[in-house]
Amino acid sequence: MNIMKFDIVVVGGGHAGCEASLSCARMGKKTLLVTGNFNNVADMPCNPSIGGSAKGIVVREIDALGGEMGYNTDKTLLQIKMLNVKKGPGVRSLRAQGCKVNYPKEMLKTLKNQENLELLEDFAKSLIVENNEIKGITTESGKTIESKCVILTTGTYLNSDILCGHESYKGGPHGEKNSMFLSKSLEENGLKIIRLKTGTPPRILKSSINFDEVTIEEGDKEPLTFSNFYEATYDVNNQRPCYLTYTNKETHKIIMDNLDKCSLYSGMIKGVGPRYCPSIEDKVVKFNDKERHQIFLEPERSDDIEYYVGGFSTTMPHEIQEKLIHTMDGLKNAVITKYGYAIEYDAIDPTELNMNLETKKISGLFTAGQINGTSGYEEAAAQGLMAGINAVLKLDNKKPFILKRNEAYIGVLIDDLINKGITEPYRLLTSRAEFRLLLRHDNASIRLTEYGRQLGLINDEKYNIYKNKLKMMNDLEEYLKNNYLEVNKENNEFLDKFNSSKIVSKIKLIDLIKRPEISIFDLLDYLKYDYNHEIAEMVEINIKYEGYIKKTQNEVNKMLKLEEKQIPEDINYDKVRNIATEARQKLSKIRPLTIGQASRISGVNPADITMLLVYLKKEYNND
Amino acid sequence: MDDTICAIGTLVGESSINVIRISGSESINIVNKLFNRDLTNKDTNTITYGFIMDKNEKIDEVLVSIMKSPKTFTGEDIVEINTHGGKMAANKIMELLLTNGARLAEPGEFIKRRFLNGKIDLIQAESINDMIESRTEAARKMSMKGINQELSKKINDLKDNVLPIIANIEVNIDYPEYEDAVIVTREIIKEKMSYIQDKIKELVDTSENGLIIKNGINICIVGKPNVGKSSILNSLLGEDKAIVTDIKGTTRDIVEGEITLNGILINIYDTAGIRETNELVESIGIEKSIKKIEESNLILFVIDSSSEFEEEDKKVLEEIKDKKVLVVYNKTDLAKTKIKELDKFESIEISSKEEDKIDLLKKKLIEVLHLDDITNSDFTYISNARQIALLKKCLEITYKIDEEIKNEIPVDLIEINIKDLWETLGEITGSVYKDELLDEIFSKFCLGK
Repeated sequence: MNIMKFDIVVVGGGHAGCEASLSCARMGKKTLLVTGNFNNVADMPCNPSIGGSAKGIVVREIDALGGEMGYNTDKTLLQIKMLNVKKGPGVRSLRAQGCKVNYPKEMLKTLKNQENLELLEDFAKSLIVENNEIKGITTESGKTIESKCVILTTGTYLNSDILCGHESYKGGPHGEKNSMFLSKSLEENGLKIIRLKTGTPPRILKSSINFDEVTIEEGDKEPLTFSNFYEATYDVNNQRPCYLTYTNKETHKIIMDNLDKCSLYSGMIKGVGPRYCPSIEDKVVKFNDKERHQIFLEPERSDDIEYYVGGFSTTMPHEIQEKLIHTMDGLKNAVITKYGYAIEYDAIDPTELNMNLETKKISGLFTAGQINGTSGYEEAAAQGLMAGINAVLKLDNKKPFILKRNEAYIGVLIDDLINKGITEPYRLLTSRAEFRLLLRHDNASIRLTEYGRQLGLINDEKYNIYKNKLKMMNDLEEYLKNNYLEVNKENNEFLDKFNSSKIVSKIKLIDLIKRPEISIFDLLDYLKYDYNHEIAEMVEINIKYEGYIKKTQNEVNKMLKLEEKQIPEDINYDKVRNIATEARQKLSKIRPLTIGQASRISGVNPADITMLLVYLKKEYNND
Repeated sequence: MDDTICAIGTLVGESSINVIRISGSESINIVNKLFNRDLTNKDTNTITYGFIMDKNEKIDEVLVSIMKSPKTFTGEDIVEINTHGGKMAANKIMELLLTNGARLAEPGEFIKRRFLNGKIDLIQAESINDMIESRTEAARKMSMKGINQELSKKINDLKDNVLPIIANIEVNIDYPEYEDAVIVTREIIKEKMSYIQDKIKELVDTSENGLIIKNGINICIVGKPNVGKSSILNSLLGEDKAIVTDIKGTTRDIVEGEITLNGILINIYDTAGIRETNELVESIGIEKSIKKIEESNLILFVIDSSSEFEEEDKKVLEEIKDKKVLVVYNKTDLAKTKIKELDKFESIEISSKEEDKIDLLKKKLIEVLHLDDITNSDFTYISNARQIALLKKCLEITYKIDEEIKNEIPVDLIEINIKDLWETLGEITGSVYKDELLDEIFSKFCLGK
């Protein structure tokens, strides 16, 4: 018998698995990461970008808590830009083009150098469960691994089918072996399995693109980082551009003429795909009034061999994919290196999980990432980090670490998943966050780094950098509160330059910044105050948008009040009078811990909450 | 809500057939125990002929309709039993149902179940309730508009106008690189919000009419003692409800009656004459009068044309000066004096002796209360206090948005209030379906890589 013993086993080495295993090991647990192929850890099987609207903020949050994704991206990125700079402060977010070769390479290095962490190249075969408690796993190569907690981060590998045209075969992304047995083992243990689908576009040879026919899109010219702690190390002037081209009438005609040949429209696909990631077939069919669709050509790797054809996910047979690609400007002679395909895979219904990402039915079994029905590297990494932290806290008999909706996008993500369940792969969007003005890019470390420190994930070096930033912020705020702009000709000329009304008596600097037309940078430059750009920006947001931040905070307080109202664990929803049938079913299934959580379950209306409160008051004397 | 309820749906003793309705998960099983044929294998929406049995005794020859969940009135399994008319059969069957596991339905309980099972929205439920309680034709018409969802339609139309603005802003944020979506600017918001604001204003402005149709209009008859207030009440009602004597202070408590004018319910209150008095009973009556004045939509200030405008009249005037007042110069057959202090109010001259003067008074009331305007419009009014409060909140939010546009606040911050507006509108119809936004985003915009 081949028996190994660990505190925690992480199954799957994707973005969730990397964060999970690193956090467990960093928090001092003897951890094993089981993954099918070492060279495939932190793989990016679909788009080569990290971040984007809302997702970029999640990466900042992961970093602020002591996770790896942000820093690993900073080390290896090909291009980076800040999105939504012209909009309000609550919606700015970073997006980077990652390198599909260097990102995994750097991550593997980090994993290998991590104390307490061992790696094993193998596939999990089944769970060992006794009395609804996890005891470990067995592997396809015949090993038995005993552990007190298991974290499943198997991505799209569970019982997956690759589909292209009318062909389908068992397999994981880009030709990897899939996991054939684990999903059966989960089902046998009573977990509800759902079937989901996602897809990816073709890749083309860079040397075959005619760049004269496409529009160039460059990265930002100031250095930017996902890291809340370290400066940028990439060369701002040597970023790889992206390019933009379009589909046209001919592309659309070929698609319409061949619809019966693609997997989706020929009925081969049973899983539910994400609406925010439609295939090109879907776009052309559902939006048939559009004359063209944008197609983004994105660099995939620093050696510049392949480009990713963003917006062109397809399940057409290979020969049709060739024809389609060649209709577009810049791609008339393009050589396809990898064809697009769809992948169908098993996932767990996320309402099977508790807030700490532990399954309700099997104690000690945690799941994170695409297995929970999410899509995206960032969503996966965030869950991996949280599952890792919570597995350790469970072993240490400590309270779970749960981020609230007003604290982090990570909180919104997990709260949505376990309360609302999913009908399609879940992607974070800014519209899902009701308090997004608080969940900003700039303040990620202010929100979360203390937590990371308490958990043992923020080392002294990072913590000192954070503390220093706090001090700089505080100093600047004090300066603005305690200094004035005096009435004189020079000062009024400065104000006049920005069409700002003249002052007739001395005015506090902080009050000047409240004027929409005066930026903190102009003012500090004028006063020759030496400042850090990032710090000044944060201070300015807090001053200029104080009213909105307060309003949001009031909404948060309302939510927190509902969060404080506990629902007894033994409640019998059949006894609560006058709640709607759907609400009764959902409440019985999800069993929310607080009134606040109950109110966010889809299908539970305010009227139901009122009746629930009446019942609690009557039965439990609960105010 | 798991129990099964039953009630007789017809007026027992008056109709030739009685219908008993049973709703709930056990309804078919319960009736099956009383029926001489097997109902458990019947399809939905079928009618079965047979007998209701009490052990071996035939109680009545009936038709039994089976309607299975979810496509039924309440959303639950429903059985309806058509019995013969008269009291005996229906009452006996009810008794059997109650002893076999059904419970007598509370008033409005079928409708409540309809709402709880998601069959109707809150406005409809509230309207059905109003309908049951409506006392005039106009009130019935208005609640019917609510049941038919005319009001929900208006609110939903507003929601449908707000949602695309939010969805578009969200798309601008979440998919900044997409060219397909128009960039929402403050100018665009301003233009779209002005339509929405106008519509909300219209609903708020007409909500007063809605309240009038639903609750009627309260008219209070006031004046110093012994000017003929009670005679006017009696004439308007066409009956002798209040005691009329020549003795001052005869009316000590409030006497009330109702009439219908243009289909609108008018509640008329005759009050104790207001004067200084040491008598306990009368002074309580006067206190009550003053309270009634506050609650009234219109005051009939009755003046004795034959006497001077005295200190007592001034006292009454003091109490009603901020209200809508119609001055009634009474006893004009005895003398005609107009009083300068009352010039700012509408007035009518009336003799309590002539019959047609009362018709003139009624006409005057219709004119002063604008009853023609109310009853000639389309009856889609908001009449419920909850609905009105929420709608007023919506209006406030639109003003806030105006202000923000003026102050050049970034669009994604203005959106906080636009979302607030959308959710508040949703509260009116009781539907809070958060995923609507995502549906809107992905059905209107072609997004994603």
